[in-house]
Amino acid sequence: MIDLSLLPDGGMSWLDASGPKGSIVLSTRIRLARNLRGYAFSQRARDTDRSAVLTRVEEAAAASDRLAGAVTFRLDQLERSDRQLLHERHLVSKELAGLDREARPRPGAALLVRGPVGVMVNEEDHLRLSGMRSGFALEEAYVDLEAADADLGRLLSFAFHPQFGYLTSCPTNAGTGLRASVLIHLPGLVLTKEIGKVLQGLSQVGLTFRGLYGEGSEVVGNFFQLSNQTTLGKSEEELLDHLGKIVRQVIEYEEQAREVLLRDHEAIIADKIWRAFGTLKYARSISFEETMNLLSGVRLGVGLNLISGLSVYTLNKLLIFTQPAHLAGLEGRSTGDPELPTVRAAYVRRILEAEAG
Amino acid sequence: MLCDSCKEREAVINLTQVEHDSKVTLHLCEQCAQAKGVETGVAVLKSPLGGFITAMGKGATSLLPTAADGLRCSSCGATLKDFRESGRLGCAQCYDAFDSHLRDLLRRLHGSSQHVGERYVGPGELEADPRRQLLDLKDQLRRAVENENFELAAELRDRIRVLE
Repeated sequence: MIDLSLLPDGGMSWLDASGPKGSIVLSTRIRLARNLRGYAFSQRARDTDRSAVLTRVEEAAAASDRLAGAVTFRLDQLERSDRQLLHERHLVSKELAGLDREARPRPGAALLVRGPVGVMVNEEDHLRLSGMRSGFALEEAYVDLEAADADLGRLLSFAFHPQFGYLTSCPTNAGTGLRASVLIHLPGLVLTKEIGKVLQGLSQVGLTFRGLYGEGSEVVGNFFQLSNQTTLGKSEEELLDHLGKIVRQVIEYEEQAREVLLRDHEAIIADKIWRAFGTLKYARSISFEETMNLLSGVRLGVGLNLISGLSVYTLNKLLIFTQPAHLAGLEGRSTGDPELPTVRAAYVRRILEAEAG
Repeated sequence: MLCDSCKEREAVINLTQVEHDSKVTLHLCEQCAQAKGVETGVAVLKSPLGGFITAMGKGATSLLPTAADGLRCSSCGATLKDFRESGRLGCAQCYDAFDSHLRDLLRRLHGSSQHVGERYVGPGELEADPRRQLLDLKDQLRRAVENENFELAAELRDRIRVLE
């Protein structure tokens, strides 16, 4: 198993719920898509090109201020369970980790991490730089990222076109190559059935939503990733400002929905929340999906001050460590172990007892 | 005008295709246009969410005219057909090779085909000299006019005006 302790914070400082609006917004992530001039894009590249791309990126990272000493993970040399671990930790995409059925990671697929900045190499684009922060923190996430991008851009030749901007494998990312996403918990809007309107509204203002793991993933536990849909024709600042403005509005709607729930339906809501907490505390076998849904209820309870003595950080940790690869790693099992639901229930009980008594 | 295809409904779309050096213009109603794989503005407006999603990613490449399928990028060898099927371009030069087709697609995807964000200056490149840029643009304009690419020419003319 790979040693994630190489990363000072396990690559998860964003989990600590210290950021603005930490009880509603888990994390803010921004990524920039970049390609090297002179090499075919990843999907058309030969293996020798991909390994040349990786070498050049590693050399540039080592010579840069922001990425010198970054930890490198070669996805193409890792066991599936380790690749899944990195994916569950939101450090690599499903595509880079080669986790789709029958898929294998591409030769040269790698991840470089230093502090809040990560670089996926040989993903859909040669480089996918990302910056991640706890809570709702678009500006802070962009500061880290912009500096790393500028560093690498001075040492590598990026494919850039005066009209189309940064050139990307898929034209949906061309221009700035920037996709900013905010992982937000919206149980209030789901329970008041206002969520449909909000999500539909997003598409009309050029934003989109995805599930917990980004593109192609389902929405579970009332977690939504809100992000910009377009990348060309607006500056980086405009894209971030726009997303920020809309997310602030969504947070406001969520807070209003929670007020309404508490005012008009307190008994029903309190019952739902305590039942979720009770199940988490006493269940003897539980799937990850059910854990997510119950954690959503408990998180709402903490947000509404109905449950006390439980930190959002603990809930965030449970969200990560009850996932199959994390749980299996912690408890010395395999991800396919049929006893995993039992192991999960015991783990959740232990954590909740330790913190909440 | 009635639709050339069904000859029943009012034509709302003029579809111009170039085949074997001759230009054919079809006047189509919304339904027949859709059947031919042309996305109509009317349909997009009717279902903002659905339309937007299909217009993104792979679905969007169905908007490219099949007549130009054989167009090939001289750098990586990818054809426009490859792009239509995979939704992914082969290399950076594909953007020049498929320029006019991509412009249209980018406008539909992003509402614009002009990058206005950060301008990248690579290692060793001096700040782009506006005089050299102007000369380059004028050269591109001459070639665009020669190739009768008037849409590109108009855009280049606008950019030259800004620089001058």
